[in-house]
Amino acid sequence: MRSQFSCAMTAIAAALLGASHASANSVDLTMYYPVSVGGALTEVVDNLVEEFESEHPDINVEAIYAGNYDDTRVRAMSAMEAGDTPQLSVLFSIDLYELIEQNAIVAFDDLIETEEEQAWLESFYPGLMENGQLDGKTYGIPFQRSTIVLFWNKDAFEAAGLDPETPPENWEEMAEMAATVREASNGEQWGVMVPSTGYPYWMFQAFAFQNGHRLMSDDGTEVYFDDPAAVEALEYWVSLATEHNAMPDGTIEWGTLRQNFIEQSTAMMWHTTGNLTAVRNEANFDFGVAMLPMKTQRGSPTGGGNFYIFEDASEEEQRAAMTFIRWMTAPERAAAWSIDTGYMGVSPAAYDTDALQRYVAEFAPAAVARDQLEHGTAELSTYQGGRVRRALDNAVQAALTGQMSPAEALSQAQREADAALRRYAQ
Amino acid sequence: MNTPATYAPRSRFYYSLPALETVAAWLLAVIWIFPLLYAFWAAFHPSEFMVNFELFAPLTLDNFKNAWAQAPFARYYLNTFALVTGVVVAQFVVCTLAAFAFARFPIPGKNLLFMLVLIQLFVFPEVLIVENYRIASDLGLINTITGIGLPYVASAFGIFLLRQTFKTIPRELEDAARIEGCNWLEILWKVYVPLAKPTYLAYGLVSISHHWNNFLWPLVVTNSVESRPLTVGLGVFSAPETGVNWATVSAATLLSIAPLLVAFLLFQRQFVQSFLRAGIR
Amino acid sequence: MQLYGALLLLPAALLLSTFAYLPTITTVINSLFLPGFRGEPAAFVGLDNYRVLLDDPTFWQVARNNLLYALGTIPTSIALALGMALFVNGKLPGRGLVRMAYFTPTILPMIAAANIWMFFYAPQIGLFNKLLGALGFSGVNWLGDPSVALGSVIVMSVWKEAGFFMIFYLAALQAIPPELKEAADLEGTRRWSFFWRVTFPLLMPTTLFVLINALINAVRVVDHLFILTKGGPNNATNLLLYYVYENAFSFFDRTMAATITVVILLVLAVVATLKFTILDRRTHYQ
Repeated sequence: MRSQFSCAMTAIAAALLGASHASANSVDLTMYYPVSVGGALTEVVDNLVEEFESEHPDINVEAIYAGNYDDTRVRAMSAMEAGDTPQLSVLFSIDLYELIEQNAIVAFDDLIETEEEQAWLESFYPGLMENGQLDGKTYGIPFQRSTIVLFWNKDAFEAAGLDPETPPENWEEMAEMAATVREASNGEQWGVMVPSTGYPYWMFQAFAFQNGHRLMSDDGTEVYFDDPAAVEALEYWVSLATEHNAMPDGTIEWGTLRQNFIEQSTAMMWHTTGNLTAVRNEANFDFGVAMLPMKTQRGSPTGGGNFYIFEDASEEEQRAAMTFIRWMTAPERAAAWSIDTGYMGVSPAAYDTDALQRYVAEFAPAAVARDQLEHGTAELSTYQGGRVRRALDNAVQAALTGQMSPAEALSQAQREADAALRRYAQ
Repeated sequence: MNTPATYAPRSRFYYSLPALETVAAWLLAVIWIFPLLYAFWAAFHPSEFMVNFELFAPLTLDNFKNAWAQAPFARYYLNTFALVTGVVVAQFVVCTLAAFAFARFPIPGKNLLFMLVLIQLFVFPEVLIVENYRIASDLGLINTITGIGLPYVASAFGIFLLRQTFKTIPRELEDAARIEGCNWLEILWKVYVPLAKPTYLAYGLVSISHHWNNFLWPLVVTNSVESRPLTVGLGVFSAPETGVNWATVSAATLLSIAPLLVAFLLFQRQFVQSFLRAGIR
Repeated sequence: MQLYGALLLLPAALLLSTFAYLPTITTVINSLFLPGFRGEPAAFVGLDNYRVLLDDPTFWQVARNNLLYALGTIPTSIALALGMALFVNGKLPGRGLVRMAYFTPTILPMIAAANIWMFFYAPQIGLFNKLLGALGFSGVNWLGDPSVALGSVIVMSVWKEAGFFMIFYLAALQAIPPELKEAADLEGTRRWSFFWRVTFPLLMPTTLFVLINALINAVRVVDHLFILTKGGPNNATNLLLYYVYENAFSFFDRTMAATITVVILLVLAVVATLKFTILDRRTHYQ
């Protein structure tokens, strides 16, 4: 009788405990993300999520692949408007101003509770934090970040009589080497290709920064497109096609550039380091990766996506999201992510892990983007970002297609950007 | 004598073409079908053979495997089937009711109302995409298959076709049914609908084709794989951050068009006749 | 009876109001406002948005592009469709195959077609330039050269649409009584003459129908831009509906999108008026 009673009590107690465990803190998170590299990338993310969920059984994460950065931004914003806000997402690092304007995101500083978390917040490369910070607060945590790097075809260099181990160091050298390749191949192969569709403003930022010029103010309210240094940068870019005959005329398509490089239609290309793994897998020739050439200084804008946590989530959900983000950006994961995709390891600690140390030792190009970080600058980000970037995109394309001179094109872009930003100027 | 146009004329306007025009017709046909044939070539051969047309190049299913792995095509198929079926069935119901009303009922202001309906031929959902998006959002239809299909259910084209057909059905049949004690809905179901079957078939095929291939509105309304149809999936697939691999994109493209293409090849005659019938004024 | 009829109409009426009439009205209203700045409510600005739009050179470029696009696709696809129908209606060996070849592009989604043609147009590794190279010509940057880009998009659209219109011409051709041809043969009329004086006029209703359809498509179909050019280079291939999409979903400027939409609606209204007056004078409804 007593044993029956105690059995029953145990059973009830177990049931109660079980019930409370099930109802306590089973948090559901939804996340949009835009990564896209060749290969079964959704598998990579899904595996990571699975691993996280096994370590944190009380948090469920639904990761939704939403397309490229533009698509993902539209998806997340439209979900927000439909009242179906995700709790966190990976979005373009430059969406910061728009998200803040819509009161969509929270600052990580407001969520930090422990010293450990504070340390984590400060553990990333400063160069990668620039785009995610405003007024001293951090809104975006780096996840899949990149810089532009120069890929060069060593075999092609050798065939053209250039030293295959030496990439160009500065603008003159790049133009000369590219022209040499073109001549040596009898017009069969181009010397260099810099994409001018997709994200032309990003490429242009690189040129401008290499010429010592930053295109925007720190608070996202002003841009400086028509500065003489910027005009000079655009003129150089255009001259690669018109003067040096090293680059094709007209615009160069972002989407097909990697394949162009693989098929050896060009000996050099400027592209995101996010292509590294894909190029490594697909190229059947010897290639190298280098920092971009300099004019007055080395430089490249950073690029890529940050984690954001949304305002419209409950405190519990925000904490859970924080846990997930900390887990995803922990050094081991950041290292694995970098190896799988070619994006950068986002913290020095990531490069200190065994996995990345080994990887870098056997495949030196993996460290180039990191090394270039010291010469990095924030990606073009302002209020009304969509319009401002489009104005610059159009200017770049107009100059490259010969419709306008670089000076004209950039003045027009400046005018358009000023019009878009007039409400924000103080 | 007014037989509906059958497709293969025997004793009709049947002239023979001079040799030059035969050649021209064939040349045009080859040019026209070439892009699709090329997509097949690119999808079944490894990337190296994109522009090298070696006749005995190795066939491979790798591109399809890659494409299948990189995007959830199974889910996309499911969504698209569900969407197309749902939309067509709903269209049948709603348009039948409305066409019946226009054809047989003395509604005040009927002609004006019909004109209003015809306006929808020009004010299609995509042109009002911004507002329709907001309305769908308010109704909680974002990222649902219903949300993709609902704006199209009341189709001016469908109402017009069915009204046209219903008007040709002789009143005697209706009277006979009424003598047997049928009410209006029964008359509709037993007399009008069966006799309008060819129109339903025609309209159905046209609608299936249209909604299978619809892109812009689904793009805006869907956020995730849950409701995304094939076209949007293909669009998302082909515009990634780091660039495309053509062979994989060709395979993905073929995966997206396969069902409709196979259906078309099998039921060519019906397809063509549907479009024919749908266009006859 | 009347009530019953009204009830039958109700579902359609409800749906049409929700997704066609109501949005039209709210679009027009929205075009008279500017979005609130940093949390403020929307501000009424009257026709200001229209003034800004008319001053915007991009808008004029987009409008011009759409006009050129229509002028490029419509006559070409109609002429081709007519030609195809004539070919396929005659005693052509392998007629079924030829018909299938002409019609198949219509079955494909625009997105799929754009993917295929995107590769053809790729400058270095694409098919067209490889062919040109083999023939000794230098390649053209089909989608990246502003003077050619719109043309490239037009060619692709014509490829996709002509087969669709062919079907309508086919139906109409089959409705032409053979006695006419027999009579003409008896009199020794030449084929061309017969075509221009008998066939073509008899096909006029179909031509007008196809024309209206093509006009609507020239405004409605922008799917291929998402893959081929995204409106570039430098807006050389931007079309009105795509511009609306950009404003609404890339720039988050709903009111400007509404303003442009009103312009598109006006254009469509003109087309609708044309249809309801001219076209319908030539065909009868029961």
